[in-house]
Amino acid sequence: MVVQALKDQGVDTVFGYPGGAVLPIYDEIFQQNGIRHYLVRHEQGAVHAAEGYARATGKPGVVLVTSGPGATNAVTGLTDALMDSIPIVVLTGQVPTFMIGSDAFQEADTVGITRPCTKHNWLVKDTDALSGTIHEAFHVATSGRPGPVLVDIPKDVQFASGTYTEKAKAKVSHYQPQLKGDMATITQLVEALETAERPIFYTGGGVINSGPGASQLLRELVDATGIPITSTLMGLGCYPASGKHWLGMLGMHGLYEANLAMHGCDLMINIGARFDDRITGRLDAFSPKSRKAHIDIDPSSINKVIRVDMPIIGDVGHVLEDILKVWKARGRKVNKEGLQKWWHQIEQWRAVDCLKYKPSDKAIRPQYALDRLEQLTKGRDRYITTEVGQHQMWAAQYLGFEDPNRWMTSGGLGTMGYGTPASIGVQVAHPDALVINVAGEASWLMNMQEMSTAVQYRLPVKQFILNNERLGMVRQWQELLHGERYSHSWSEALPDFVKLAEAFGCKGILCKDPADLDDAIMEMLDYDGPVIFDCLVEKHENCFPMIPSGEPHNKMLLGEASTKDAIGSKGAVMV
Amino acid sequence: MSPLNIKKGSTKHSAYNLRSTFSDVQETHTLAVLVANEPGVLARVIGLFSGRGYNIDSLTVAEVDHSGHTSRITIVTTGTPQVIEQIKAQLGRIVPVHEVHDLTVEGASVERELALIKVEGSGDKRVEALRLADIFRAQVVDSTLESFVFQITGTPEKVDAFVDLMRPLGLAEVARTGVAALSRGV
Repeated sequence: MVVQALKDQGVDTVFGYPGGAVLPIYDEIFQQNGIRHYLVRHEQGAVHAAEGYARATGKPGVVLVTSGPGATNAVTGLTDALMDSIPIVVLTGQVPTFMIGSDAFQEADTVGITRPCTKHNWLVKDTDALSGTIHEAFHVATSGRPGPVLVDIPKDVQFASGTYTEKAKAKVSHYQPQLKGDMATITQLVEALETAERPIFYTGGGVINSGPGASQLLRELVDATGIPITSTLMGLGCYPASGKHWLGMLGMHGLYEANLAMHGCDLMINIGARFDDRITGRLDAFSPKSRKAHIDIDPSSINKVIRVDMPIIGDVGHVLEDILKVWKARGRKVNKEGLQKWWHQIEQWRAVDCLKYKPSDKAIRPQYALDRLEQLTKGRDRYITTEVGQHQMWAAQYLGFEDPNRWMTSGGLGTMGYGTPASIGVQVAHPDALVINVAGEASWLMNMQEMSTAVQYRLPVKQFILNNERLGMVRQWQELLHGERYSHSWSEALPDFVKLAEAFGCKGILCKDPADLDDAIMEMLDYDGPVIFDCLVEKHENCFPMIPSGEPHNKMLLGEASTKDAIGSKGAVMV
Repeated sequence: MSPLNIKKGSTKHSAYNLRSTFSDVQETHTLAVLVANEPGVLARVIGLFSGRGYNIDSLTVAEVDHSGHTSRITIVTTGTPQVIEQIKAQLGRIVPVHEVHDLTVEGASVERELALIKVEGSGDKRVEALRLADIFRAQVVDSTLESFVFQITGTPEKVDAFVDLMRPLGLAEVARTGVAALSRGV
């Protein structure tokens, strides 16, 4: 019945790990062909793989794990998907209903544990309700602001036979989020857009979640109005990096021109972003002179941290369509003179060239490694995943994304260990594409067991590890905040990654000389199979630009020289 | 481009510094939340309050429509206007929550609470307790030679006042239901 319901929902891929309490479902999977099951090596990997799959396809990712430890191992992935609004459906086995509460073997209060880290969850105690609940789960995961859901299914419910409800005949859900924005506010926004002297689009993951159509509409609106656009980490790709009006990413490690434009604008149009603390910096100095519009499908995002003047609750795609319609009907007006001056100002900021670095001929600078990776893979059918840390920020800065759904990174939760399983999920979704996980060696070690999955299913994922033998971002903060006392931020016992690759049955490449880098990257790209690329980089490189914690956007640090004593003692309380 | 100069020892450094432009005046609001009566729904509501650091002054819950599987949760909460707005939006986001009403801002409403109050004592104090109960229209629902149990209904303020008066007269135990509230009129 579970398998039938999944097929009804159009599911053809499941990531999972069997165990006692899900054996009946695994037995059904064995006896059919419509659904392909990928056996991971750890349940956290299953959820991250499903996240990668979901983000690369726009479809919900599906996970099947057992009770107890199976479910608790999935918690990090669920929290990650909740923070980044990724649609995931997790099915967990549970001990039989008559044993619930008895501390049975591999029993855990799964719905209790996962209540705060799912959008919604269900414990199904009646087989007749099972298929309907699964249909409802897919509806909740994918409508409104997407998110992870979990259905906990006791083993006796799996064994019993009951009445199957088809998707089309399932009860209409009470959960129906509003999609269309308020027309009066949309008109007000268009009026503001027509006269603004220094407008800016600030876009986020909501554009990607709304679907490729929303990105198309955004591109049309940006290019027709000529208004500059910046994006959060989550929204990269919704407007092409090669686009004429692109300012680059904003935020703590965002580009100088993007952050100063946010600070100096007079009209900020937030589309599907949520004023995260990595974006805003100090709140009372955040973009002080602007009127702000906020388009978000989740009413609780409005006025959560920043009070806005024009809140528009609705789906990004629907609202953008209406904005374009109103703007065109009113005669496609913009403040040409103002915009010209604004762009002139932005060009001056851009001339600072905040991502500039000096390549070295002795050690590979991480920026150089990503620059070369970008040059050698640009134009290919390419998907990038990352782990969390300095490499993640460098990847966001130095790689260009032309389309949505090509960039998967753990933004909200910042989960080290995300990238490897996510790359597997992406590769499963796009078997012929080039999938690269840009990683740091410390993050990569957190879920490296999934290389075994990649090898088993012949998924040619490329693990591009920028190895500085340090927890780079932690080290950077310790240098800036904690008197250069590098407490436990390096590893003295790293594995030999090439031998590790061989042990897994894939290819290992070591590169430490900048002169060899291009050839080594080409070797990785040309190899038909999974690769672990150990790129030994400069060990003490810091990630700039950087807005020191608690500073506004116009107080950016651009280079190492300016960082000494930059952050006061109060800044030390943050991450 | 020269690096930007940042003042050493500034106290303004924290990205989690949420001193915002929002008002910090505390307000008390009564919220009526209509929810699907399914397992765990109360835990979701309570978990939201504890997880996001909101206050619960009082909370009552009971099924109000058996055939429609609907329960009504009445929550009295205190916070800044921005926090109250967030609470309502976050409640509205919970999947089995059907409606959220802020009775404090949506026109006039009636709020009532029921309390059972046990008073132990004898002699003059006992007589005085009974006399005050009469003034407050509290009923005696249990009586021994050394004690009374009073039942009182009214606004939380009235119940508070009665409890305060009983304190010197031998107050032993109090059980309160929390607030139930409805909007006035149609």
